[in-house]
Amino acid sequence: MTAGGAFVRFVDVQKTYDGEVLVVKNLNLDISKGEFITLLGPSGSGKTTTLLMLAGFEVPTHGDIVLAGESLKHLPPHKRDIGMVFQNYALFPHMTVEENLAFPLEVRRVSKADIATRVKRALDMVQLGVYAKRRPAQLSGGQQQRVAVARALVFDPKLVLMDEPLGALDKQLREQMQLEIRHLHQRLDITVVYVTHDQAEALTMSNRIAVFNNGEIQQLSTPDELYERPVSAFVAQFIGENNRLRGRVVAMNGTSCEVDVEGGGMVRALAVKVAGVGSPTTLSLRPERVRINPAAGSVPNLFPAKVEELIYLGDHIRTRVSVCGHNDFVVKLPNSEGSVAFQPGASVTVGWKMEDCRALDAS
Amino acid sequence: MQAPDPGPMPYAHEYGTRLMVSAAVATTGIMVDGVPLKLKLRRAERMRKLKAVGLVAPLFLFIVVSFGIPIVVMLFNSIYDPYVAKLTPRTAVALAAWDGNDLPAEPVFEALALDLKDAQKAKQAALIGRRLNYELSGARSKLIVSAKAAAKLETGPYKEALIAADPMWGEHGTWTLLKRTTRAYTPYFFLSSIDLRYDANGEIEPVPEGEAVYQAVFVRTLLISATVTALTLVLGFPLAYLLATLPARTANILLIFVLMSFWTSLLVRTTAWFVLLQTQGPINDFLFYTGIVGERIQLIYTRFGTITAMTHIQLPFTLLPIYSVMKGISPSHVRAARSLGAGPFYAFWRVYFPQTMPGIAAGCLLTFILCLGYYITPSLVGGPTDQLISTYVALFVSSAGNWGMGSALGTILLVATLILFFIYNRLVGIERMRLN
Repeated sequence: MTAGGAFVRFVDVQKTYDGEVLVVKNLNLDISKGEFITLLGPSGSGKTTTLLMLAGFEVPTHGDIVLAGESLKHLPPHKRDIGMVFQNYALFPHMTVEENLAFPLEVRRVSKADIATRVKRALDMVQLGVYAKRRPAQLSGGQQQRVAVARALVFDPKLVLMDEPLGALDKQLREQMQLEIRHLHQRLDITVVYVTHDQAEALTMSNRIAVFNNGEIQQLSTPDELYERPVSAFVAQFIGENNRLRGRVVAMNGTSCEVDVEGGGMVRALAVKVAGVGSPTTLSLRPERVRINPAAGSVPNLFPAKVEELIYLGDHIRTRVSVCGHNDFVVKLPNSEGSVAFQPGASVTVGWKMEDCRALDAS
Repeated sequence: MQAPDPGPMPYAHEYGTRLMVSAAVATTGIMVDGVPLKLKLRRAERMRKLKAVGLVAPLFLFIVVSFGIPIVVMLFNSIYDPYVAKLTPRTAVALAAWDGNDLPAEPVFEALALDLKDAQKAKQAALIGRRLNYELSGARSKLIVSAKAAAKLETGPYKEALIAADPMWGEHGTWTLLKRTTRAYTPYFFLSSIDLRYDANGEIEPVPEGEAVYQAVFVRTLLISATVTALTLVLGFPLAYLLATLPARTANILLIFVLMSFWTSLLVRTTAWFVLLQTQGPINDFLFYTGIVGERIQLIYTRFGTITAMTHIQLPFTLLPIYSVMKGISPSHVRAARSLGAGPFYAFWRVYFPQTMPGIAAGCLLTFILCLGYYITPSLVGGPTDQLISTYVALFVSSAGNWGMGSALGTILLVATLILFFIYNRLVGIERMRLN
């Protein structure tokens, strides 16, 4: 993303807590300066452990982490100069907002006058200037969250880590805070490593997303890349909504392949991660890329289907159909002018392009 | 029906027609079926309140009868001593007119002689004697002698006869004392409790140095309690921290060890220390045979023994409140402090320790207040100069039969405890307000 090489570098990092199971398996990850990178994954996937190792609260069992050209191996957390926002904010309850923000500056022996100006600037940045004298318990969740962000930024750290900071907020506030954090990142040109299990949050804020599963990065790409071109069945399933069709590869020709779907039907798909002819595969298809009753010959994949269920969601109608022996196949029909409303039980045809249907691993 | 003008009752249309009518009639509140809503609420709540009262009543009565009334009686006893007044009604009246100079005149002696005669008949002269004896040693036997003599007197002059029976009646001090004791309400016990007394002229003065006891005992009680509290804090805080930070399994096992001593009766633990601290006991055996000491040292009946045993007994009381507060402190606070640049000790001191203050305040105050009332442990393992105020209360009440002194000492202890409790409440109350 930026010139000058990686700012943070994980080199062959492994971590085990019990000596039997690797929570993080051989992690290699480069983060550029000024980047907003999100570690996304289900709980237990190793993303939080990775963050804690970067912060210095967990020690890698193997490998090394480098920050700004300096190995972190023997650097205790308080000397790493990394700001961190915790899941429950971790504001100090016995100190006022102001004192919370002054804490990292006092530790660094900043002069009193400087502390005052920097605390004020940080509070203004998150629009909480008037709450300086309050205690954290007197603030709402969203306000506490902003204080936590301000505290992690007030000492101009090299790097900012955020561990599911929005998890405790309600949906509306969460979406608002996502934008605020995104704007702060753009404005201040800081490097952020963000951990979440919420894919929408990851897509909203990140420059790049590392999808974790079983202690490994499954895919590391930009949000659009991740959604449009997932490289594994896990990523396709975890990011956004996804239709899965299981089958077996019967023919390969270049980038495409022919897949015999379990419930019947021969699908032409993009061969992304298939072992070869005869190997099992999962076909991944986004609901909004499926067309209902397309013109004959317009798409290579065209199958008869039956409408099972309609769910009205305002901007679109989720339509569940059964096709190729799979009855959990979802099509999103935009609720726009002139769109056709189907009835449950109606017979239709569904079709999709070869490029929109990705043949992935069988998991 | 049409909705009324929304001006005076902007929401009335939401409540329906009937409500609109009654709301229009009522000027004080909302009415339902002509009954004010507040009254309906009270009726509905009455049953619930009665049930609550019924549930609380047995315990409440028990506390009033077994705890509240005795305390009131005790407080009262410390200033109320009616025996002399009851037994010498004539003398009390006669002495009221006495100017306090010289000896009283013949009529006072006559009154006293008649009173003593009655008391002798009722076999209660010793009660007067006992009270006089508190302030004038030897007065008890002298009064019994005088009462016997008075019983035989038929006619005056009584003055010579009484002085002949015992020369103390010829002394001015005896009469000032008698005049004081004929008043049922007396500050005497409180004065004695802080080492003050009346001199021969009825003025308050400090008791001579050799006889002063209670000020020293109060100071000692406070000192030992403070020492024990400080020791339990120093020993308990690190352990509480360990328990709060260990994995739950290990912590629970360790906690059982703490609770085991907590669940053991105080008497059993004190007796255990009584055995351990003996000059021929296990501790001395160990020190002696390992060569740490050349000869056996005195452990039992010492201040050291008292404080050791009390510290051991009180440790869980200090530890457990601290532990429970520590359990509630999120580990992410210290992590946050570390990530913000604080070293391990600074993070602990600035972020963790202040949050344990409510627990420290609660634990220390509990221990301190309990220590103030210690009785069994000091009397079993302490020496004569290690006895706390409770020992003297027990002594006066059970052995000496001096309820006045016992009550006065007890009252001072109670008031001291209440003051501490008030301070604690204020401190912890403020602390809580800040935290929530």
